[in-house]
Amino acid sequence: MTTQVQSAQSGVGKVGIFGAMIRRDMTAAFRHSSDLVNPLIFFVVVVTLFPLAVTPESAFLREIAPGVLWVSALLATLLSLDMLFQSDFQDGTLEQMLLSPQPLYSAILAKVATHWLLSGLPLTLLSPLLAMMLFLPAEGIKTLMLTLLIGTPVLSFIGAIGSALTVGLRKTGLLLSLLVLPLYIPVLIFASGAVQAATAGLPIAGHLALLGAILALTVVLAPLAIVTALRISLSG
Amino acid sequence: MYFADFSEFIAMGGHGLYVWVAYGTAALVFAFNLVTPVLKRKRFFVEQARQLRREELHASDS
Amino acid sequence: MWRWFHKLGSPKWFYAISGRLLPWFSVAAMLLLVIGTVWALLIAPADYQQGNSYRIIYIHVPAAFLAQSGYLLMAIAGAVGLIWKMKLADVVAKSCAPIGASFTLLALITGAVWGKPTWGAWWVWDARLTSMLVLLFLYLGVVALQSAFTDRNQAARASALLALVGLVNIPIIKYSVEWWNTLHQPASLTLTQRPSMPAEMWMPLLIMVVGFYCFFAAVLMMRTRVELLDRERRTGWVKEIIRES
Repeated sequence: MTTQVQSAQSGVGKVGIFGAMIRRDMTAAFRHSSDLVNPLIFFVVVVTLFPLAVTPESAFLREIAPGVLWVSALLATLLSLDMLFQSDFQDGTLEQMLLSPQPLYSAILAKVATHWLLSGLPLTLLSPLLAMMLFLPAEGIKTLMLTLLIGTPVLSFIGAIGSALTVGLRKTGLLLSLLVLPLYIPVLIFASGAVQAATAGLPIAGHLALLGAILALTVVLAPLAIVTALRISLSG
Repeated sequence: MYFADFSEFIAMGGHGLYVWVAYGTAALVFAFNLVTPVLKRKRFFVEQARQLRREELHASDS
Repeated sequence: MWRWFHKLGSPKWFYAISGRLLPWFSVAAMLLLVIGTVWALLIAPADYQQGNSYRIIYIHVPAAFLAQSGYLLMAIAGAVGLIWKMKLADVVAKSCAPIGASFTLLALITGAVWGKPTWGAWWVWDARLTSMLVLLFLYLGVVALQSAFTDRNQAARASALLALVGLVNIPIIKYSVEWWNTLHQPASLTLTQRPSMPAEMWMPLLIMVVGFYCFFAAVLMMRTRVELLDRERRTGWVKEIIRES
């Protein structure tokens, strides 16, 4: 009898936790809506800096657009990593999560999913506007959105590892960037390369396949690292 | 010996600057790696000797 | 078998054994490095294409090897410490980081300096140098994370995890950088010779590589010993050593 109850509970457990966590985090996030908008504003401002700093010539901007857009998206994601664990750490919810018998894997997946929904997805949706400002042709814009769609979840996962490692520390901003940026390099290279290839009329299937492979690998391995990192950070 | 004389050795066929900067940097890196643990070890023993003396002093006080 | 493994993890045992090994590695390192350097600078012939600047290979290649092996050792030691909670492994990992980082820097500087007479620029974004630069960033990240924690054990575990995450990423980063490089530099530029180096050129290289490794082992032991003394300073065997000095 008890095993039936237990299995029924655990059956609900994994999906239930996932859904409940997402709902909870989304509502919490919208309460501090300024935190959501800041990375987007940052994205726009940084992209604007380049024509101001160098030249507004379309030929030049078109050439650097893939790189500039992706680097700016990357940096904006870095800035938004704070929202992942910081507030939960401070009010003790994180500790509760680690101690509870509920599956931690689902909770972590939910947190990263929420983060992506609130940072990566908006960045992806905003990108065509900025791409047009940098004179990126239509082919490039399509590929840009596609690479952002596949790549930003990877950024969220890898960023979550760094975030989990530094959650208990003070002044984590710069340290987090130092830890996470080198790990972002492969995504940057393949994504930016894909947009450049698309603009030149070359095939991008290979690039997308590589990005997809990185996403698959990250989804499988990152949660393990995140959970371990959280346990380490909260053991102090 | 590959070089005819000392000045040729230093000049390295025009590439002297590069070769000596490279080997010089290597010397610095080696020195850094040798000196830091040695200094740390010295500092440790000095610190611990001081600590030991302080403890013995307190023991004799009581 | 487990008794052997646990003995391996005993700081006191390591201190004793490293005390006996250290002189051997130090002498070996000194001999090999001196012989290697003399051979590299004075006896080995110049490359017919690159001239004498090619002698930088005798520093650059060993340093690059050490940079990569050092990271691997740091990650493995970190993993051992993380999984089996072995303090000695933690200390070895911690000691590896600055040594490995310094040799990575050396590989980068010698690579850059070599690039100037060969390609005319103080820095070139070739695949190997760029990968080495990213490796330096990974090292610096581990060092920075280590020093950010006040609790030594927490610091060790966090940096071990980071080192492992970095280790998994290194092949991906290398592949992506090489891929990126072939896009932008169709001619494959390599600093090192093709394997058909005559014996008078690769023998000093071999001597230097072994010498570098012996030096690494010696310096790693030195650092680990000091760190162990500091960590175990309240134990009997360390107090014994302090009293003897």
